[in-house]
Amino acid sequence: MTAAVRAASLSVEGLTYTIQGKKLLDNVSLRAGQGELVGVIGPNGAGKSTLLRALAGVIEPSDGDCYLEGRRFVEMPARERARAIALVPQVAPMAHGFTCLELVLMGRYPHMGRFQIEGASDEDIARQAMRLTDTEQFAERTIETLSGGERQRVFIARALAQQPRVLLLDEPTSNLDILHQLRVLGLIREWASNGATAIAAVHDLNMAARHCDFLILLSNGKVISEGMPEDVLTAENVSGAYGVESVIYRDPHTDALALSLIGPSAGFPHRNRVKAP
Amino acid sequence: MLRVAGIPAWGTYRRSGVLTRLAIGAVTLALAILLIVLISLSVGPVSIPVRSVASTLIGFVGIDVSDVSRTHELVIQQIRLPRIIVGAAVGMGLGVAGATMQGLFRNPLADPGIIGVSAGGALGAVIAIATGAAGLFFMALPLAAFSGAMIATLVVYGISTVSGHFSMATLLLAGIAVNAFLGAIVSAIVILLPDNGALREILFWLAGGLDSRAWEHVLMSLLPIIGGIGIAMVMARDLNLLILGDDEARSLGVNVVPVRLLLLAVGAMVTGVAVAVSGTIAFVGLVTPHVLRLLLGPDNRVLIPMSALGGAVFVILADTVARTVIQPAELRVGILTAFVGAPFFILLLIQNRGRGYSL
Repeated sequence: MTAAVRAASLSVEGLTYTIQGKKLLDNVSLRAGQGELVGVIGPNGAGKSTLLRALAGVIEPSDGDCYLEGRRFVEMPARERARAIALVPQVAPMAHGFTCLELVLMGRYPHMGRFQIEGASDEDIARQAMRLTDTEQFAERTIETLSGGERQRVFIARALAQQPRVLLLDEPTSNLDILHQLRVLGLIREWASNGATAIAAVHDLNMAARHCDFLILLSNGKVISEGMPEDVLTAENVSGAYGVESVIYRDPHTDALALSLIGPSAGFPHRNRVKAP
Repeated sequence: MLRVAGIPAWGTYRRSGVLTRLAIGAVTLALAILLIVLISLSVGPVSIPVRSVASTLIGFVGIDVSDVSRTHELVIQQIRLPRIIVGAAVGMGLGVAGATMQGLFRNPLADPGIIGVSAGGALGAVIAIATGAAGLFFMALPLAAFSGAMIATLVVYGISTVSGHFSMATLLLAGIAVNAFLGAIVSAIVILLPDNGALREILFWLAGGLDSRAWEHVLMSLLPIIGGIGIAMVMARDLNLLILGDDEARSLGVNVVPVRLLLLAVGAMVTGVAVAVSGTIAFVGLVTPHVLRLLLGPDNRVLIPMSALGGAVFVILADTVARTVIQPAELRVGILTAFVGAPFFILLLIQNRGRGYSL
C-alpha cells in the first residue's frame, strides 16, 4: 500500500485535548485509510488512549476536528457515528450481571430502531463475532466469571458485532496469551484487509512492527514520528521516546522488523531509580 | 450476580430472549396482581366474599350481574379500590425509580429512600403543606415533592461524582448526610409550626402509609407515574449502556448527559409523586428490582417494566397484610416493607463484600 492510494476514512487535524491544564494531546494530525491497520505506539502517558477516545467520539477535543469519511464528527448524530466506529476499551468495564452474549449483542444497539429488539440475524452476527474471538463458549456466562484476557476478547467480539467501518482498539492484546495475541492481531489485520480501517494502541513494539501497516509514535501528546514501521522504529526514535537503547533488525524467522531491548538509555531522565537498601 | 439462598434455580429464565422474559414476567406478575387485588378487596373489617368482589368489579365495566349488597359495593368502590390503586401506583413508581437509579448509579444498593431522594420529596411536600401552597391547585403537592426530590437527586449525584468518577462509598455517605439534613429541617418545621390544621396534616402524612387514600389521590398519582415509567422504558436500552460506563455508552451512540439528566428527572418525578400521596415507604425501590434481576436478568428493557409490576405486587401485598394482621387496628404499610426490606439490605451488603462495589 502506497501513500498515494490512501483514501482517508478517518482523519484528525490539529487535535488538542487539554484537561485540568494538562495537554494530553498536542496538535495531533493523522489519516487512516481503508484496508489499513495503523498502530499507535509510545510510552505510558504519551496520549495513546486519549487519542483513541477522541477518535471514537467519546471525548470532545479542546481544539481540532475529527472526520469520518470527510464529515466532521460534530455534524453526525451519535448513533450514526456508533454504526461506523467501534472502540475496544483497554480495561473491560464491570457489567453487573449481563451475560457475554448480552454484552456482545449491545454492539447491535446502534443498528436497531429505538423500539426494536435484537432478532435472529443480530444474534447470528453476535455469535459469529464470538466465534472469531474464541469466546462463544462463554455466551451464557456473566463477564465477572471470566479472566482478564477472556473479557478482553468478549469486548473485541462486541466491537466486531458492531460491524464498524473503523475499529479502534486500546491495547487489545495486553492481557492475552501468546496464541490469542497472534489470533486477535491476525483477526484485526483481516478485518482491515476486508475494507475496514483499524487503529490500535500497541505496547509490544515487536507485535506493532509485525502486524501494522503504519505506525504513529506519540510522546507527551505529540506525534514525534509516523510512517512505515521501518521508518518509525529506529534506535534513535525508541531511545528518544522511551529512553531505551535497542537494536533493530529484520527477524529471519518471521521476516518482520524486530527489536532487542538492551537497557535504559544513559542520561535519560528516569524518575524512579531503585536505591539499594 | 447476587445469590440469595433458594432462588438461583429460578434464574434459568434469564437466559431466554428479551421478549420471552417480558412475556413470562408480565403474565406471572399480572396474575399475581389480580389474585392479590381480589384478596385485598375482600378482606378487612367488613369481610366481603370474593364472589361479590368479582361481581362488583364486573359491574364497574357495565355488565350488571349485581347480587351484591350496596354496603359491600360502597366499601369496595370508595375505600378499598382507590387505596389499592394508589398502592399500585406508589409501588410501580418506587420499583421503577429503584431500577433506574441502580442503573444510573451503577450500583445495586441505590434506592430512592437510601440516597435521600424520598427525603427531598418529603421536605418539598412538608414545605408545601406548611405554607399552604399545597392547596393552591390540584397538583401543587406532587409538584412540590417532585421539586424537592429533584434537588436532592442533583445534590447527591453531584457529591458522589465530585472527584470526577463515581464513588459508591461517597454515594451512600452522601445519602446518609442528605437524609439527616433534610430530616432535621422537617423536624424544625414541625416544631416551629403553630398547632393548626397544617401541623396535623403534616404529622398524619409524615407517618407514611395508604390509609384513607381516595380517588383524588389516584388522580394525582397514576398518570404522572405511568408517564414516568413510559419514559424510563423508552430509555431502557440507553440505561443498559450507561451501566457499563460513560465511554461505553458514548461509543455505542448514547448522548450521555441529556439521557442521564432525563432519567434522573424521571426517578425524582415518580419518587416525588409517590411520596406526595403516601409519605415515604422504604425499601420497595431496593428490594423489587433486586429480586427481579435474579429471576429475569439485568437487561433494563425487561427489568424496568417488571419492576413496575413487581413494586405494585409488593406494596399492595404489604398494605393488605398491614391493615389486616392486627385487626381491628392497622399497621402502616411502611412498617411491613421495612420489616422485609431492611434485613434484605443487610444481606446484600454482606454478599457484596469483595465484589467491587462494597464499601
